[in-house]
Order: sequence, then C-alpha cells, then structure tokens
Amino acid sequence: MTTPPLTAKPRRLFTTNPLALARLYLFLALIAVVLGTLLSLLMRLHRTWPNLAVPIHGAIRPEDYLALVTMHATLMVFFVLTVVPQSAFPNLVLHAQIGASRMAFPRLNAAAFWITTASLVVLLAAFFVPEGAPIAGWTAYPPLSALAAAGPGQGLGTDLWLLAIALFCLAAVASSLNLLATILTRRCPGMNFTRLPLTVWSWLVSSSLTVIAFTALFAAASMLLADRHCGTSFFLPPGTVMNGIPQRDGTGSPMLWLHLFWFFGHPEVYIAILPGMGLASSLLANFTRRPVPAYRLMVIATLLIGFLGLGVWGHHMFVSGMNPYAGTAFGFTTIAISVPSSAEILTWLVMLFRGRLRLATPMLFTLGFISFFIAGGLTGPILAQPALDAYLHNTFFVVAHFHLVMAMAGVFSLFAGIYYWYPLLTGRLMNEALGKIHFWISLIAAYGAFFPMHFAGLAGEPRHYAQLTGPVEYFANLIPVERGITWSAFLLAAAQLIFLFNFFRSATHGASTRPNPWQATTLEWSPIAHPAVTNGPYVYGPKAGPQARPQEDFLPQWEPEKPF
Amino acid sequence: MNFLPPNGALNGTALDHLLRLNLAIVFWLFVAAQILLVLALLRRASARSSQASATAAKPSRTLLVIDYTALLAITALYIWMLVSSHRLWAASREQNPTAQPVEVEVTGVQFQWYFRYPGADGVYGATRPNLVSAPTGNPLGLDPSDPASHDDIVSAILILPANRPVDLRLRAQDVIHGFFVPGMRLKQDAIPGMTGMLQFTPTTPGDYPVLCSQVCGLGHYRMQARLRVVSPAQFETWLASRETAILKTNAAAALGGSQ
Repeated sequence: MTTPPLTAKPRRLFTTNPLALARLYLFLALIAVVLGTLLSLLMRLHRTWPNLAVPIHGAIRPEDYLALVTMHATLMVFFVLTVVPQSAFPNLVLHAQIGASRMAFPRLNAAAFWITTASLVVLLAAFFVPEGAPIAGWTAYPPLSALAAAGPGQGLGTDLWLLAIALFCLAAVASSLNLLATILTRRCPGMNFTRLPLTVWSWLVSSSLTVIAFTALFAAASMLLADRHCGTSFFLPPGTVMNGIPQRDGTGSPMLWLHLFWFFGHPEVYIAILPGMGLASSLLANFTRRPVPAYRLMVIATLLIGFLGLGVWGHHMFVSGMNPYAGTAFGFTTIAISVPSSAEILTWLVMLFRGRLRLATPMLFTLGFISFFIAGGLTGPILAQPALDAYLHNTFFVVAHFHLVMAMAGVFSLFAGIYYWYPLLTGRLMNEALGKIHFWISLIAAYGAFFPMHFAGLAGEPRHYAQLTGPVEYFANLIPVERGITWSAFLLAAAQLIFLFNFFRSATHGASTRPNPWQATTLEWSPIAHPAVTNGPYVYGPKAGPQARPQEDFLPQWEPEKPF
Repeated sequence: MNFLPPNGALNGTALDHLLRLNLAIVFWLFVAAQILLVLALLRRASARSSQASATAAKPSRTLLVIDYTALLAITALYIWMLVSSHRLWAASREQNPTAQPVEVEVTGVQFQWYFRYPGADGVYGATRPNLVSAPTGNPLGLDPSDPASHDDIVSAILILPANRPVDLRLRAQDVIHGFFVPGMRLKQDAIPGMTGMLQFTPTTPGDYPVLCSQVCGLGHYRMQARLRVVSPAQFETWLASRETAILKTNAAAALGGSQ
C-alpha cells in the first residue's frame, strides 16, 4: 500500500483527493474535540468548585458558564459528531466501498471542507469579540437569541454564531449532495442495492436527512439573522419588555423557531449516529467472521429510522405549551422509532453469539458503542412519554440520556472507525496494547461521568445552572455526585491523551500492514482499482473463501463468486 | 434509593409510581444487555480453545427466532409504556378547566417569577408593556385605567390552598422561561407572546421550590421562587389581608391624585 505520511501536505492546498480531504476533516475535528473537551472540563470545574479562578481569564462568571455550555455543544455536535461520521469517514472510504474511482462532484466536495473550516473560524471568533460568546445554548431559543439586550454575548457573539451555523449548513448540504450523487450514480458494475455495505446504506439515509434537516436550519438561522438586523419579526412576539424597556413589537412567535430548530435538531442525532450503526454491523460481521444475519432487516431498520426521524421533533417540545394532543402524537412517533432501533440492537446482540469474537481494538470500541447505545437508548422510551418527560425535561436526566446515546456511543463508534480504518490513512496499524488501555479507561470513566447524571436529574436538577444555590435544599445532597462526575470527566479526558499519542506515533512507528489487515470483505480494502462485484458485502464463515484459497473464511467483494 | 423530591400534588403519586416502574424495567433491561455483552467477551475466551465450535455460515434459525421474539416483546413493552402514561398526560393536560379553580397568573421575567391573583372580581386587569416598571412597584405593567386591575394582587411567592384545583396562566415578559415545580411534578414553558395553561391540585401543605428550567440568560440558575401550600382557611386569610392592603394603597393613591 502506498499511502503518503499522515502529516504530508496535500500536493495542492485546494485538493479534491478524498483521502487528503478525509485527513483534513479529521484534523479539523481533532481541533474541535480538544477545544470542546477543554470547555467541558472548565464547566465541570466551575460546577464543583465555583470559586476557582481560571488562569488568564479569572473567575468564571455565570455568563461565562453559559458561553462554555453553548460553545461546547456547538463544537461537539457540529464539528465532531457530524463532521467525522458524515464527512471524514465518507471521504476516506465511501467511494471505495462502492467501487467508484472518484466522487460524483469532487470540487463541490472539496469546497464543503473549506466552508466548514470557515465556519469553525467564525465560530471560534465569537470568543474574542466584546461581551464574548453567546449564552443561549446551542438551541438558541429566541427572544434570548434574537435581542442583543437579552444578555452578554447576545450581540456580536450571537451574530458570529449564527453566521457559523449558516456556513456549516451550506457545507453539510454540499457535502451530502455529493455523497448522494456518488452512491446513486457511481457504483461499480454489480454493486446493486442488495450488495451495498450497511455503512453505505447509512450514508444514503444520513445524507438525505442532512439535505432536508440542514436546509431547515439554514432557513431558521437566516430568519433569525433577519430578525436581528433587517427589521423582520419571524420569532419576535408583540409586547416584549427587556430589563423594563419595551422592545420592538413583532408579529411572530418563538414557537416557530422551536419547530424549525427541532425539525433540524432531531434528524441531526440520526445523522450523527446512523453511520456508527452501519459501522457496528460491518465490524461485528468482520470480527465474528460471520455474515450479518438479517441484512434486509437492518436495511429496512435504517430506512425506517431515517423516515420516522423526520417526524419526531415535537418530543423536544412536550412542555413548550404546544397543544397536548400534538404531544401525544409525537410521543407515538418517538416510540415507533424505538422499534427499528431495537431491531438493530437485538441483531447486534445475536451476532455476538455467533462465530468467534476477535477482540481487536476496533471490536472493543464497537462493543462500547453498543453498550452506550443501549444505556442511553433505554431512557429514550421514558422521555418519549409526555407525562414522564414533563418532569424530566431539561433536567440532568436528559443530559445523561443524550451524552450516553449520542455523545459517548457516537464517539466510541468514531474510535472504532479510526482504529479500523487507520491503515487506509497511514498504511500502518495503531498500537493494540495502547488501544485496549484507551478503551477500558474511557469506558469506565464515561460511565462514571454520565451515569450519575440520571440521579441528579431525577432529583430535579435543571440543566444550564452555573451554580447549585438557592432554596432547593436537596441540591446540597447532589454535591458529592457532582464531584464524582467531575473526577470521572477528568479521567475520561486524560485517557484521550493515550489515544492522541497512539494516533500520531503510529503514523510513523506503527506496524506496517498487509494489504487487507482485518481480512475484510468490503471494497475499501480492495487491491483492484476497478472492481466488479458478484456477491454481497458480508460473506464470512468457514469455507467461505474464494476457490483459489478455500481454507479462508471470507469472500471479498472484489473476488468472483464461488460457485456452489 | 429515592432521588425524587417529596411529592405534594394530586397527580404526582400516580406519576411517581409509573416513573419508578419505568425506571425499574429499563434498569433491568440495561443490566441484562450489559450481562450479554460481558458473556460475549467471556465466550470468546473459551471459544479460542475449541476450534471445533465453528458453526455453519448460515445464520442459525434459533438465534433469529430469539431476535424476532425479543423484538416483538420489546415492542409490546413500548406500546404499554405509551398507553399507560397517556392516561396521566390526558388527566393533567387534555382536560377542561375545572369548576371553581384557584386562578393565578405566573409571569417569568429575567430572573424572577411573579404571581398575580385576579382579586375579588375574578378578572385579571390589563397590562401594558410601556407601564412595566419594577422599581416603582409595577413589575407587570398593570394598567390603572382598567378597573379590573385595581384589586389584582402581585406576589413574589406563590401561595395556594391545599386540595383545590389550580388554574395557572403562564406568561413571559422578555425571553422563554421554564416554570418548574419539582415537588408538584409540574413543568411548562412560559413563552413571550403566548398564554400557557396549566392545571394541578396541590395536596400536601409545605414549601416547594419554583425553578426556571429553560435557559433564560446569565441569572438563569438563580431564578428561583417558592410555592407555599397552606390550608384553605390560611389561604383565605392571606388573600383577604393582601386585598385590604392593596385597596388601601389604591385609595391613598387616588386621594393623593385628587389633591
């Protein structure tokens, strides 16, 4: 394999080479994830030791805390959990997995990277403007996000945030249009839809969701910018008074923003997690050396999750004062989406009990992904019940839910992908021993950080509180829980140093690999430039090998079908 | 282990029961799934020694039957969850206002809750944004030219009688606030430009914190008030004393105005 060194500069800065773009996206996400983690550690420090001063900055004021929350979420949701599974990984393997020699729209694809970079720069600039970064949270509900008088960070900081979001939407849509066109038009001979790897099915669905959801977010962000600067009032109601001063009378409603935002926001979590689900199925097949037992069921589940995912946004709004009958309806669609999700989980569990499990690092992280996906997923049907959500909404119970099911499951699947596809990035393998240490510490620390949040939430502790003070006596009982969460968070962050060391050192010192180190079947490992496909993506099992090598237990998609 | 704060509302008992049941089911499902994951790890350790355990490449029928059966079972569980909790939702939200409720209007303002009782006439007086002035004692902008506003009581503490249905009107002056009373298992957003409706019945006398559950600005964490549930007699006494005080103030103001 001739892979240029990891840190090698692309031959041209504005490269259209997917491998180069995949690396650039990974570096971009690495910057975002490091910053996002540091911000979350500052939040934890402040919640546990409120009087602690940060070097250079000084004491963390309540508005600083909310700015940390907002920027942490924005960095993680957009620049890590969307960029890596939806841009870095597809650039790395998608065209190869379908046997395409190149993307359908290489320039559009490359432009998407530079727009994403511009978006990150604009977002980070919000830290350095007067009054600092926005404090309205990543959901940016108006009027808090619509009126500069609503608080510090709601002036220029919010403008930059909205601009960054709008740019990100453009990039996401451009990138996804390329992926859709590539999957639909550039499959190699024989690569029909029943032979697509489940990762490609996931990208087909998540890219469709991206085009729909990010278009809605782009519209919402533009409308909010117009409300702020062009005198419109899509989201501004009449009779608003801020600090005793009557504001411009509008004719709109903040509810419109809630609907638009969550019409984006909920599909977004599937955009972030669907590629991970496809990857989990592929890796389970590979590391158990058995096919995916219910390929059609998995495809249907993926399609159903995508389709139903467009109709569940109202479950974020059960307590918004929306018509209670709408709450009932959205509760129903949300429960409905649990069924295909459960089908996938149960199939993975079944897969674990077939064949022999090879416990390489990518497999361990896949098991971690499944563990978190179950842990966070199981509280989903609780939160889907409007009556129960009315108590749990916006408490730490919800913070626990989405950090387990989206953040931890998401990140563990990203790690699985990076450990697994690292040879495609560098021609070398990452260190297995370090990978396993990284996995076990991360798994334990992540549960330590996020599981106890359920208890804080059940006690009624709301999100976004800079400090636990006031007349709520029982908040004091939660201080030990909070302290444990903080220590676990620091351990979790420290474990990632092992990963960073492994990631960069293995690029030059890792064991160099055979062409197909995991003995995988899918085409990203193919040595042939223009393959033709005659069999499905997961032909594993005893005696599955091609005619020339009958002792092997897998039949790659680039090998001709074995006549039975 | 009981992390839920003490409940003081009529619907809260059933809700707590259902929530605990849900949590128990989900917790044991979580434990079962994690045990399966650990078993898979252990199985691999033992399978390494016995090469012969390799099963056929075709998926075993038994495993698939287990897969689909488990899926059916869990779907049935989800449907039960939906139906059982819908009764509670319907009881608390999908009902018409009860007869003879205690009426209170809740207004969220950065970073304070105000509670307004309509007074003896049972009608909330008009409010105007340009009259809002907390420093001069008119935080809600009550319009003195509307006679219905003359007997309105504005309070920083929410006092309610036990065992009478309460009809809340939710409003917000500036940004979205989240009206959250953990002890009453009660939460709904107050959205500027809209009037929300919320009904409940407090049963147990005592003090309950009122929080803000929707991030509303830098003082979000300290936007807290108190709900005090008292006996109906105490409530009537408190209401009457506030009423007298307000009418006295209004009369003094009117007298001052005429001189």
